[in-house]
Amino acid sequence: MRTWLNGGEVIRLSSTDTTTDTTVDANAVATDAVDEVREAILSDLNRELGDALVGSHIAPGVDITVRVCAEAWATTATFLRDGLGFAFFNFLSAIDWLPSLGRDMDSQVDLRLQAADITEQAADNPEQAADSTESDEKDTESEAMEQGLAGGDTRFQVFARVNDVVQHRAITVKADVDPVEMSVPSWVPVYAGANWHEREAWEMFGIDFVGHPKLRHIYLPGSFEGHPLRKDYPLLARRIKPWPGIVDVELMPTDDSASS
Amino acid sequence: MSTVSNRRQLDYIAAQAADARVNLEIETEGMTLNIGPQHPATHGTLRIVAKLDGEQVVAAEPVMGYMHRGYEKLSEVRTYPQVTTLINRIDWLGSFANEVPFILAAEQLMEVEAPPRAQWIRTLLFEMSRIANVVLFLGDMAVQVGAVTPVFFAFRDREHVLNQIEAATGGRFHPNFDRIGGLKDDLPKGWVVETKQVMKKMRSFCDEIENLVLGNEIFQARTRGIGVVPADVGLAYGLSGANIRGSGVDWDLRRDGVTGLGGLVYSELDWRVWTHPDGDSFSRFWVRLQEVREATKMIDQLLDGLPSGSIMAKVPRIIKVPAGEAFVETENPLGVMGYYVVSKGGLVPFRVKIRSASFSNMSITPWLLTGVYVPDIITILGSLYFILGDIDR
Repeated sequence: MRTWLNGGEVIRLSSTDTTTDTTVDANAVATDAVDEVREAILSDLNRELGDALVGSHIAPGVDITVRVCAEAWATTATFLRDGLGFAFFNFLSAIDWLPSLGRDMDSQVDLRLQAADITEQAADNPEQAADSTESDEKDTESEAMEQGLAGGDTRFQVFARVNDVVQHRAITVKADVDPVEMSVPSWVPVYAGANWHEREAWEMFGIDFVGHPKLRHIYLPGSFEGHPLRKDYPLLARRIKPWPGIVDVELMPTDDSASS
Repeated sequence: MSTVSNRRQLDYIAAQAADARVNLEIETEGMTLNIGPQHPATHGTLRIVAKLDGEQVVAAEPVMGYMHRGYEKLSEVRTYPQVTTLINRIDWLGSFANEVPFILAAEQLMEVEAPPRAQWIRTLLFEMSRIANVVLFLGDMAVQVGAVTPVFFAFRDREHVLNQIEAATGGRFHPNFDRIGGLKDDLPKGWVVETKQVMKKMRSFCDEIENLVLGNEIFQARTRGIGVVPADVGLAYGLSGANIRGSGVDWDLRRDGVTGLGGLVYSELDWRVWTHPDGDSFSRFWVRLQEVREATKMIDQLLDGLPSGSIMAKVPRIIKVPAGEAFVETENPLGVMGYYVVSKGGLVPFRVKIRSASFSNMSITPWLLTGVYVPDIITILGSLYFILGDIDR
């Protein structure tokens, strides 16, 4: 074991052997079993936040996602840091749940693949195939918005992740963003590192963070208009010229018979 | 930020202000100093605007975006196998390590697991990209304090590692070797023996750097007690990797990973996590040096225990990832890197959030550079160690 002399005091400089340090390993939780570590986090959050906790999802042995209402966004951060010991700020960003409209070329491939599926189904069951063609047409016109883990009601969601470096836990927190106000409280007073992440989310999605010291452009030039990561912001390069890499996903004639 | 760390920062500023009393007596006018975007210490094109009072920094603000390529947007129009080509270019010195968390996230959504041999080779290449990346830092850090020789040693010895990566993957910097369900190819003949030789060379390189740089009086004077990051401040800013372990936080995702590390085999190896209690530039250098040594030992064990068998699990030819969300983070050369992948069940990801280490590591600079002297800006930036591609994505 290496040591370092610091003012006459001997300090141990490395951790204990990793082979013996597995008692608090969250990975040890079996996938099928009830995830006690993450259930405990959820019950703590439930006790503290009450009605403000609007959704949750636990993948046993893998991850926990909770959704809080936008008003409780900052208080959740405070409780996670001070109450539960999630000291490490991992990231903060946003999701636009509007169905993708900008990827023209890829949606063509999607349609072609769907057509291939349908012809396969048609061989088995002609009636079902006819139904699915109709529903596909509807989908392309007005695909419903579908939020992910822990649910959601709005187009935009902010989400952030924090880690507990002592007990080796982590949690993803989401919140719906009101479509009119487009603002949530800032995390900067709680986690100083949220500063740049909120500037990025503000610039890319147009979400306002109330209480942020100064929301300025971080990647894009100051005169830039629009919010590039919104789904309705077109990716012009793709509109002008078909993506040459598209050949990679073309159906090969021998695909169906080949061992996958 | 807690009151304790605020006080530490204030003490530091007060001590330096006392040193610079001459400046105060003369009452020099404030000036603004632009560092970069083309300074060697910026590893790319980062500009730092520093407001000075005499020799002291009053406020510093990094300006980035010179290399922003919009990978999060571009990922939304590429199929899953195509995305790895893009994300190779995030941290270009340790490219293979960028691919792994994304592939693991996709595998988690598809409920596919790579066969054991693929997992071992993945871990092997992951640690080799760590060496290729950090070795350059070890040489480069010496350049920041004015010593030029170590960086030539670093370039010379890194080439051995890059040659091995090239022999296995076909690419020196951008391997694009990781696949959903396994790897593109198996290792070439004779690779195991050669790599063992290279690891010996790397260990002697570490000894060389230790003798050449670590004990050097000038190096110590320029780095010890400079750029001190208290652990609680570092965690709140999201500092990770050797930067936070240099502040005494015993946390390494290779050992303490929370999610989906089924694709890497660190639990099978005998190794340890190095930490240093000081939190200054010197400790960050010291921790990285130990990590390179540790990585060479890990690679030796991985080469000895390499299991036989297939390198690819059964996956469909056209990869469609089932709807769902997954976040996988790994301990990359620069720190914690993770991908939050949202799938709607199609060929392309619906949203990819890239959590890159350098972006968070750099976000502490406005706080950390306040109160330091101008020459220390360079050593602090060097010791935080960032790659511009990892900041700008």
